Amino acid sequence: MELLRFATAGSVDDGKSTLIGRLLYDSKQVFEDQLEAVEASSLARGDEYTNLALLTDGLRAEREQGITIDVAYRYFATPKRKFIIGDTPGHTQHTRNMVTGCSTADLVVLLVDARLGPTEQTRRHATVASLLGIRHLVLCVNKMDLVDWDRKRFEAIRSEFDDFATRLQVTDLTYIPMSALQGDNVVERSSEMKWYDGPSLLHHLEEVHIGSDRNLIDFRFAVQRVVRPISSDLHDYRGYAGQIASGVLQVGDEVIVLPSGFSSRVEAIETADGPLTEAYPPMSVLVRLADELDISRGDMLCRPHNQPSAGQDLSAMVCWMSEAPLRPGAKLWLKHTTRWARALVRDLQYRLDVNTLHRDQDATELVLNDIGRIDVRTTVPLFYDEYRLNRATGSFVLVDDATDATVAAGMILRPTT
Amino acid sequence: MTTYRLSHLDALESEAIHIIREVVAEFEKPALLFSGGKDSAVLLHLAVKACWPQRLPFPVVHVDTGHNFPEVIEYRDLQVETLNLRLVVGSVQEDIDRGHIVEHPTPGATRNRLQTYTLLRVLEEGGYDAVFGGGRRDEEKARAKERVFSLRDEFGQWNPRAQRPELWNIYNTRHRPGEHFRVFPLSNWTELDIWQYVEQESVPLPQIYFSHRRPVFRRGGMLLAVGPFTQPRDGLAEEVAFEASVRYRTVGDMTCTAAVESLASTPIEVITETAVSRVSERGETRADDRFSEAAMEDRKREGYF
Repeated sequence: MELLRFATAGSVDDGKSTLIGRLLYDSKQVFEDQLEAVEASSLARGDEYTNLALLTDGLRAEREQGITIDVAYRYFATPKRKFIIGDTPGHTQHTRNMVTGCSTADLVVLLVDARLGPTEQTRRHATVASLLGIRHLVLCVNKMDLVDWDRKRFEAIRSEFDDFATRLQVTDLTYIPMSALQGDNVVERSSEMKWYDGPSLLHHLEEVHIGSDRNLIDFRFAVQRVVRPISSDLHDYRGYAGQIASGVLQVGDEVIVLPSGFSSRVEAIETADGPLTEAYPPMSVLVRLADELDISRGDMLCRPHNQPSAGQDLSAMVCWMSEAPLRPGAKLWLKHTTRWARALVRDLQYRLDVNTLHRDQDATELVLNDIGRIDVRTTVPLFYDEYRLNRATGSFVLVDDATDATVAAGMILRPTT
Repeated sequence: MTTYRLSHLDALESEAIHIIREVVAEFEKPALLFSGGKDSAVLLHLAVKACWPQRLPFPVVHVDTGHNFPEVIEYRDLQVETLNLRLVVGSVQEDIDRGHIVEHPTPGATRNRLQTYTLLRVLEEGGYDAVFGGGRRDEEKARAKERVFSLRDEFGQWNPRAQRPELWNIYNTRHRPGEHFRVFPLSNWTELDIWQYVEQESVPLPQIYFSHRRPVFRRGGMLLAVGPFTQPRDGLAEEVAFEASVRYRTVGDMTCTAAVESLASTPIEVITETAVSRVSERGETRADDRFSEAAMEDRKREGYF
């Protein structure tokens, strides 16, 4: 069975938690005791119907305020796929949660209220999804029951959003009219909207093709640990532990080690279950080489004729996640693959207005939830690819010196000159 | 032709191994919380695989409430011996005897909440900076929001409002002296995944996870074992002892863990039952979660598992 990770986003009242509650409930993933607890809480709050949103709002403050604060992960499975949902809160100020939810997702489900159509928030979320390299976007036009299941309304929203989406890098865009509250087109096809001949949301999630989203071309392997057991029977053992970031590795392949530039041949690919002839993402393996080379954590293995960029100067889009603003000159920690470096923010090229996609080149700082393009210099070379081509080697996080907090998500564009 | 696709179990395994290796690489003194329950059994199995062919380079920590199922202690000791593990035991009874914590006067009262003191004491004494736990996000609503690398302050407390964003598979392990991380490699696993993995990998488990005959009685809708800490109370019509075929879905203290009636005696049979179960594992078998809707969040804030 295959795994599909998706994130959900929408404005506060679009009914996102209700949709997830509905997916879990209708696919029979909600247990009776959980439903009873939700029914009791709904009653106590004076809700008119069983509030399925309470299934996902886990923290005390969330239930009290009736909002979702943090990314919540939910799980369900059908006979076809296992699903991991990253449910992201919809308030304007939570772009950072959206970025977090998208970073591990294959697909994003965006909700819009059929009465309102796409809002500023919808465009912001779609832009963030696109920036985070999401290729599959599903726009759920929710609350169709409140517009009398009107096909024209749905078509108008579709056409409006189509215009906007041409500026994004989303390759697969699907529209589904639905009522999460009543369950129309969530799991079962709606009987109210005979004019819609597409799949229900769940059916789409089960069938959408994600196999081609992975990069199986460019072999990259960041060394996590050098394994050298201190024991008599494994005296000369030296293996490199890590996860295949992209590409396919086979025993006998020529590899080159960065930064040293030395090359060798793959003698074995091993796991605790025994040796393998080949490995592909996202497998965690041990690689043994024919030659004894000086390799440590943070080094990268690749093929001699297919190497990542290497260098200390790069340009990246970042989403800023801290209350204290980012200004040029800032010195931070940077973690990229398995490598830590110190980073100096040399320049802020522009701040991206995520509603209009306008680039504000006069911006002097990025504040919480801002997205912008920066130039960075690192103390040690990084081995990276453009994020658009390789999520695993194109992403990094920035960490504040004083607080140790994670303050930015970075997506590498290219080297700076 | 190969499709280069991993099954969901292999993808979850690889993710967990990656997490465990990050901890071994970036922390000075990790430890693994081992209760003898199925989640910690799977966690231990994954840790052994992640570190192979090395011996596990960190100890396993068991918080012994003194109210354990004897089968679980036997299982723990067998695992320690077979896998050549270092075992560190924190005894709740010793902390009670020393007067550090005070037990509720009711005989057989749950020691669930008392464990937090002993846990934090053992972690502080050991100086552990990263502690693996078997927590899963599907278990409970508060856990659904917890990070894989979850920071604890100097008091061992969790602050759900000040969690670091966790992006891609890049984990920020930076912390200050006195702080530590709880690390949850099984975050994205469900109960069904655990059982399917137990089956696939033949992970050994304590016998009480499988059907066996045992004297039990009902209390508050749950099925409790008749044992040294829990007996039917006189005069309560509901609490009458009878023998039944039962198994456990979760394993905590004898005082707060209930059994379910079942004839499932192999992982496959358990999977079949789990797939059609209509009650969550914590709802069916854990009295400790029934205090309030936020019981888990409150205990986690205090430093609980």
